[in-house]
Amino acid sequence: MTGWHANTLAELSAALQAGSVSSVELTGLYLARIAQHQGALNAFISVTQEAALLEAERADARLRAGERGALIGVPIAHKDIFCTAGQKTTCGSRMLADFVSPYDATVVERLRAAGAVMLGKTNMDEFAMGSSSETSYFGPVRNPWDVARVPGGSSGGSAAAVAARLAPAATATDTGGSIRQPAALCGVTGLKPTYGRVSRFGMVAFASSLDQGGLLTVSAEDAALLLTAMAGFDERDSTSVELPVPDYTASLEEPLKGLKIGLLQEFFDQGLDREIEQRIRDALDVLRLEGATLKEVSLPNLPLSVPTYYVVAPAECSSNLARFDGVRYGYRCERPRDLLDLYQRSRGEGFGAEVKRRIMVGTYVLSAGYYDAYYLKAQRVRALISADFARAFHEVDVLIGPTTPTAAFELGAKTGDPVTMYLNDIYTIGANLAGLPAISVPCGFVQGLPVGMQIIGPHFSEPRLLNVAHRYQRESDWHRRAPPGFT
Amino acid sequence: MSLKRSDIENIAMLARLALSESEVPVYLESLSRIMALVGELERADTSSVEPMAHPLPGQRQRLRADAVTETDQHRLYQRNAPQTQADLYLVPRVIE
Repeated sequence: MTGWHANTLAELSAALQAGSVSSVELTGLYLARIAQHQGALNAFISVTQEAALLEAERADARLRAGERGALIGVPIAHKDIFCTAGQKTTCGSRMLADFVSPYDATVVERLRAAGAVMLGKTNMDEFAMGSSSETSYFGPVRNPWDVARVPGGSSGGSAAAVAARLAPAATATDTGGSIRQPAALCGVTGLKPTYGRVSRFGMVAFASSLDQGGLLTVSAEDAALLLTAMAGFDERDSTSVELPVPDYTASLEEPLKGLKIGLLQEFFDQGLDREIEQRIRDALDVLRLEGATLKEVSLPNLPLSVPTYYVVAPAECSSNLARFDGVRYGYRCERPRDLLDLYQRSRGEGFGAEVKRRIMVGTYVLSAGYYDAYYLKAQRVRALISADFARAFHEVDVLIGPTTPTAAFELGAKTGDPVTMYLNDIYTIGANLAGLPAISVPCGFVQGLPVGMQIIGPHFSEPRLLNVAHRYQRESDWHRRAPPGFT
Repeated sequence: MSLKRSDIENIAMLARLALSESEVPVYLESLSRIMALVGELERADTSSVEPMAHPLPGQRQRLRADAVTETDQHRLYQRNAPQTQADLYLVPRVIE
């Protein structure tokens, strides 16, 4: 791989600061790569070419004036779930196909202020509901490692874009694994921060007690640079946490001597592909050589994560998506007979099959007579799962296991059976239910397809997670590999 | 727990979703499978567990001061509206 796109965001940042490349050059290069590969991957819903070049010119002027900042002039992509002022924000849905955001999401605003240049908006499962990026109204995203396979989801466009080096980094969101699972399937680094660490303002809501904004990057160092700019208190998000934001790059190099790693027994179960297990065990050997110790840990309630999630997430989704009524914004059906017909047909036609399925599950579990049996029961089990994690973190510093039970599967392989699709997130959902930060890092290949190792930590342990991931990436080069055909 | 066709029609009505004839049996099948998966929750003994109210322990919902912070931007917002007239959102006649 030759050319600027072979670099990490941290390396591009250094080159911009040193004046060896301009933001306009870099932005032009990535825009050209997007145009070249959009047909094969469908990773983007919109490309904001003109705005990007204007932003790049402004960034170059800031750099020429002597201003310094790690993100000035660095091109990035945003998942099309983040509102971007004056640009379309579709959330992968017909419902919002023509929606132009009146304002920027806090994440977008902060990265813009830090000088990052937006290349465009990435494709995704409709309203972030999916594990394969096949439910988008704008067509499926394809995996750059094998275009017959899915990139994972819901942030599949962001993951495919970073893997194919169409952008050095992209924002993403994670409600049940939507950052980590595509990161694993596309061979990139994916960080889901602690619940409340990154503002949800301007991020289209799916399940508000689980949703968290994060990043897809080439390296852990890149994620640290971006998170430092993105994280922090925001009074416009009522669940935003009032805690200072550290410089996440400061602790990357710390030695791992004495680090206690818990091996999640429930993750090394019968559903796990044996070759994936071997890749994870190889990666653990690397961490052991770095001075970490391993210990088996059991979280007995963790196997109930998937059923718990499929009550809590649809319940919150049915409530959040009630706002799409065909009146104030979004899709409206043709010639409504009356107001009820307007609501029903606008929603019936504007939402895709999976979104309707989740709204219906949520409506059912919240309906009279079932609330206690399903919703309250699930929130009780959620407390048990959360307590399991808290107990484990008394004994170990981080928990490690695979991110996904299998490598990327073929398009269409799981669309016929939602339950089979839901089980893709079996290893990622736990962290969302307990509000924990987690990161997926590339740790090898199985039959030419990338494998991800997941590291989960206690609340606000992002510095530790990024440190472990970075030390591993110093000793391995899996994260530097780009798919053939995209080098 | 088995769902009936009438359950699906009722849920769709509550959720204000128009379903076509061909969609009803599809959702009947998939919702039944999802509810069977959810049924696994019964295995957990939760008799002495309080339902979780916030993903972060000890956190409460923050309240803001009851003060006007928004400026009037209705023209900007209404650019996304399907139909407006005289700065109002238009819907089919509700009261005859």
